Amino acid sequence: MAIRVNLITGRTIQQGVSMEAGKEKPAYTTACGIIELDPADFKKLGAFRNTNVRVTSNYGSVIVKAVEATQGPHPGVAYIPMGPWANMIVNPNTYSTGMPTFKGTPVEVEVAKSEPVLGSLELVRKGCRGELA
Amino acid sequence: MTKTITDVVCPFCGTLCDDLEVVVSDDGKKLLEVYNACAIGAEKFLHSQAKDRITRPRMRQEDGSWKEISYDEAADYTARMLADAKKPLMYGWSSTNCEAQSVGSEIGEAVGAVMDNTATVCHGTSLIAVQDIGIPSCTLGEVKNRADRILFWGCNPAHAHPRHMSRYSIFPRGFFTGKGHTGRKVIVVDPRVTDTARVADVHLQIEQGHDYELLDALRVAFKGEQLPDVVAGIPKAKIYEVAETLKSGRFAIIFFGMGVTQSIGKNHNIDAAIAVTRDLNEYTKAAIMPMRGHYNVTGSGQVWGWQFGFPFAVDLSRGFARYNPGETTSNDLLRRDEVDAVFVLGSDPGAHFPFSSVRKIYDLPSVAVEPHETPTTEICKVHVPVAFVGVEVGGCAYRMDNVPIETRKVVDAPEGMMTDEEFLKSVLMRVREIKGV
Amino acid sequence: MAEFLIKNGFVFDPILGIKGDVADIAIKDGKIVETSAVTKPKIIDAAGKTVMAGGVDIHAHVAGPKVNIGRNFRPEDKLFNCTPGHGIERMQGGFSVPTTIRTGYNYARMGYTTVMEAAMPPLYARHTHEEMRDTPILDQGAYPVFGNNWFVLEYLKNHEIENTAAYIAWLLRATKGYAVKVVNPGGTEAWAWGLNCDNVHDPVPYFDITPAQIIKGLIEANEYLGLPHSMHMHANNLGNPGNYTTTLDSFKLSEGIKPNSKFGRDQVMHHTHVQFHSYGGDSWANVESKAKEIMGYVNSHDNITIDMGQVTLDETTTMTADGPFEHHLTELNHLKWANADVELETGSGVVPYIYSPNIKVCAIQWCIGLELALLAKDPMRVFMTTDHPNAGPFIRYPRIMKWLMSQEAREQQIDAFKYKDKVIDATNLAGIDRELDLYEIAQMTRAGPAKSLGLAHMYGGLAPGLEADVAVFDFNPNESYVPDDIENAFSNARHLFKAGVQIISDHEIVSNGNKRTLWVNARVNENPQVMRDVKEKFLRYYTVTLNNYEVSGHYLPNPYVIEVDATQ
Ligand code: SF4
Ligand SMILES: [Zn+2]
Repeated sequence: MAIRVNLITGRTIQQGVSMEAGKEKPAYTTACGIIELDPADFKKLGAFRNTNVRVTSNYGSVIVKAVEATQGPHPGVAYIPMGPWANMIVNPNTYSTGMPTFKGTPVEVEVAKSEPVLGSLELVRKGCRGELA
Repeated sequence: MTKTITDVVCPFCGTLCDDLEVVVSDDGKKLLEVYNACAIGAEKFLHSQAKDRITRPRMRQEDGSWKEISYDEAADYTARMLADAKKPLMYGWSSTNCEAQSVGSEIGEAVGAVMDNTATVCHGTSLIAVQDIGIPSCTLGEVKNRADRILFWGCNPAHAHPRHMSRYSIFPRGFFTGKGHTGRKVIVVDPRVTDTARVADVHLQIEQGHDYELLDALRVAFKGEQLPDVVAGIPKAKIYEVAETLKSGRFAIIFFGMGVTQSIGKNHNIDAAIAVTRDLNEYTKAAIMPMRGHYNVTGSGQVWGWQFGFPFAVDLSRGFARYNPGETTSNDLLRRDEVDAVFVLGSDPGAHFPFSSVRKIYDLPSVAVEPHETPTTEICKVHVPVAFVGVEVGGCAYRMDNVPIETRKVVDAPEGMMTDEEFLKSVLMRVREIKGV
Repeated sequence: MAEFLIKNGFVFDPILGIKGDVADIAIKDGKIVETSAVTKPKIIDAAGKTVMAGGVDIHAHVAGPKVNIGRNFRPEDKLFNCTPGHGIERMQGGFSVPTTIRTGYNYARMGYTTVMEAAMPPLYARHTHEEMRDTPILDQGAYPVFGNNWFVLEYLKNHEIENTAAYIAWLLRATKGYAVKVVNPGGTEAWAWGLNCDNVHDPVPYFDITPAQIIKGLIEANEYLGLPHSMHMHANNLGNPGNYTTTLDSFKLSEGIKPNSKFGRDQVMHHTHVQFHSYGGDSWANVESKAKEIMGYVNSHDNITIDMGQVTLDETTTMTADGPFEHHLTELNHLKWANADVELETGSGVVPYIYSPNIKVCAIQWCIGLELALLAKDPMRVFMTTDHPNAGPFIRYPRIMKWLMSQEAREQQIDAFKYKDKVIDATNLAGIDRELDLYEIAQMTRAGPAKSLGLAHMYGGLAPGLEADVAVFDFNPNESYVPDDIENAFSNARHLFKAGVQIISDHEIVSNGNKRTLWVNARVNENPQVMRDVKEKFLRYYTVTLNNYEVSGHYLPNPYVIEVDATQ
């Protein structure tokens, strides 16, 4: 069962703190390798909190952990903190402004319980080498 | 014995708090405690002390492993890469001081690089809008001392600029604002119920991506003209009410962030937000300010402004400065395969560019000058670790309101580590040798 | 250091009193010396050429936050004029707000060697110094603005001159500033609430003080300290029809105050860009020149100096700490508007502007500026400026010279105005046949401003002992010429020396010089009250700490400190 939501990205304080503590550390993955979903969307998805999901857009796909929105409610809107996980799937088109369209990417979310959330360095390295599924 | 250093400047976000206190060991080698900083700022200082910190340049080997190299070798590699390239991209420049930025400009001129800073993925669209319509703004002290209407549009300082609200915008008691937050009306426009929205008097939970409409609706409402029943998910009564609140203030300030600069509409959203501010000046006093992210992205735009005339996306590859966002901006250049080497300093595009751009960097000759281990260092051919600016070396930085503050050195960098400025100077020297100038 | 002997040029120098006679100028150790003092000088053949001291610009906006706003928000100002590096020159760009590097080179090409930045917001002093540091060749200083500063408003409300003086001394030191600048006194503070002070008696909201009190008080404080320069003034009501009465009211506030300065100046007020302050009429329909009335006053009061603020009929970028004026301007021309109010201190605005010869008002403004200079009885007190870039870019100085030196050139321009007859009716210029000579130009661009700045002991002339700032131009005053020859020759110096270093050789920039930053260190008696007030304001109202405010160190790599002792 997959749901369609509108994805936005941005800063969170956990993202900021863990980034400064080291992007190679697990805390960074905990802070940013997530997608915040509204309870209503969790219901539609039919998944428990803290389940790994695959998020797919026209531009890519990534595994993150689905958690309940901390700054909601915002049904229909999903949030991935800024970082390499979000950047696997955001709309990179700048439409001649220089600015990729980081906010407002339509994505599909589906449960992917058994797939791991990669650390930031591994994610980017594997992505570059074409080793991601 | 320990020493306490006061008036320390936090080199993390554009809030550029300058009231931190840092306790260091007597020999000035160890940083022990940080006071007054928010969680992020404190972490930035403390992380400099990490035991597992990388302190020497390293080069990626065929088999994927790293090999330690000397700073000289790193400078030589960097200089050759830049000198050999037809059109290298020199990106970042936001987490470093103006002194290093200046040396960077000289290298850029010598090798014909495209110079771009993190505004390109942050407030670049705001800079474009300012070129269209201007910007009525002020320093943060004007906000603290006078503002009684505070509007946060598409920004979430509770998370991104944690001390902004207490130092400048919502809570402080200033000269004409002795009642602090009770004398202010706070309005937040955001598609989420952010932690900033929770402390606001009014939250307009806008439909994501419809900022332009709502901004325009406010302009209509200021004039008392007719609105449709609902605009961007907000009922018209609410819009009229907010318009009235803004007009009735003595001093209104709009802070805006990535919610408007990165959503569809981009610079046009900012155009509209600035037009709202211009309009408000017909009724009262109003100002608007971008919530700049990196602590010295603003400075980078200033330095390039007086040296080249443009705040970001400066293409020097033809021998003179050119500026054309959409063409001379990092992501467009990378996506179109228009650069043939990438130099990164003071930023982490590996983490913060769309992956399609990251992959292009991986395929090119590349150098990352960066104190941390990051996704960028992970994909670059050479990683040059350097001292933390604002912790291990001082230098000038510009706050989000363009106020320049000199950051302080509070501890020594680990033995033998170079600063950004020192490393760039040695690259510049090598470039000049190679080019014979 | 190399010795030079500039031989056989036509020398124009008000300090030596040489009016175009052939003379030799010798340079040694960075200074002008007697020709007998050089032994093996490099000979510079100046036969058939004009020799003058390096130019001194008393008022230009060339460095600092609002200048950089102008650069960054006007990419169009760089269209088709960005140039590659060349020889020792770096890349350059910009027309009305050039990059710092172009600023230095373009002044040098005109034979200018000293340029004062006219308005430095104290909180942004560091930025201003960073830009000056990156401006090659020129000696520079910057004027911090005081006319809307909360300390000043509070002290002068009660006429506390000593406290005001102590605060000025402290701020000059903290910002490494050169002089006391006043811009729309009280009006910019009022603008923080969207208001203005329209005349010298219009009270400042909340602070309960009038512009007149601020002006008079700052002149007195300036003389209390005995600073090199006088108080440097931009009056209220700039740019409005009928404003000349406000200007005269402001001038009058200097009456009865005597200069107290060891630096050789005679004035207690320098009023800048007077062109913008000399309008009659009561609307843009009937605006007219009041240059006669203004110069009537200036000519008969020798404790005042002024500069022109000459309109050059270009597309340019206006920028001033007069925040309310810039808002007014954007409402008139509907072009983009930047505003930057500065906590406790000042404000500023920036708006592009097109001075078109097809617009009546622009043509009238052009006439007024020239009238000021042509009606001047004493060219040592009336200086050439464009209030760069407000009335036009500084690179037009040679064109202004042409207009001042040639009635024919003025007539050509008047004939080209679309509303020629209306312009002639509203101004006096068509009836003025005076043509200035190069000696008078040297007074207006060298000796006069240097003296007004209190820098006559360094700049402005060719007497032995002065800084060896010397320009040689391809201009033979004894041969016949057409007006454009003046503009061409003085736009492109053949040779230029700055402090004895050859900067230009045969029209090529060959050195970046040893740029210095001038600032004034005024020592006053200890003043615990002012220091307490400073601490308190930083603690409660500023958003930077006191310890992070002062500018020092590498921002001024080559400082030149002028010491003033005001402890008695
Ligand atoms: S708000 Fe920003 S500048 Fe201030 S302490 Fe936090 S991270 Fe540092
Ligand atoms: Zn001026």
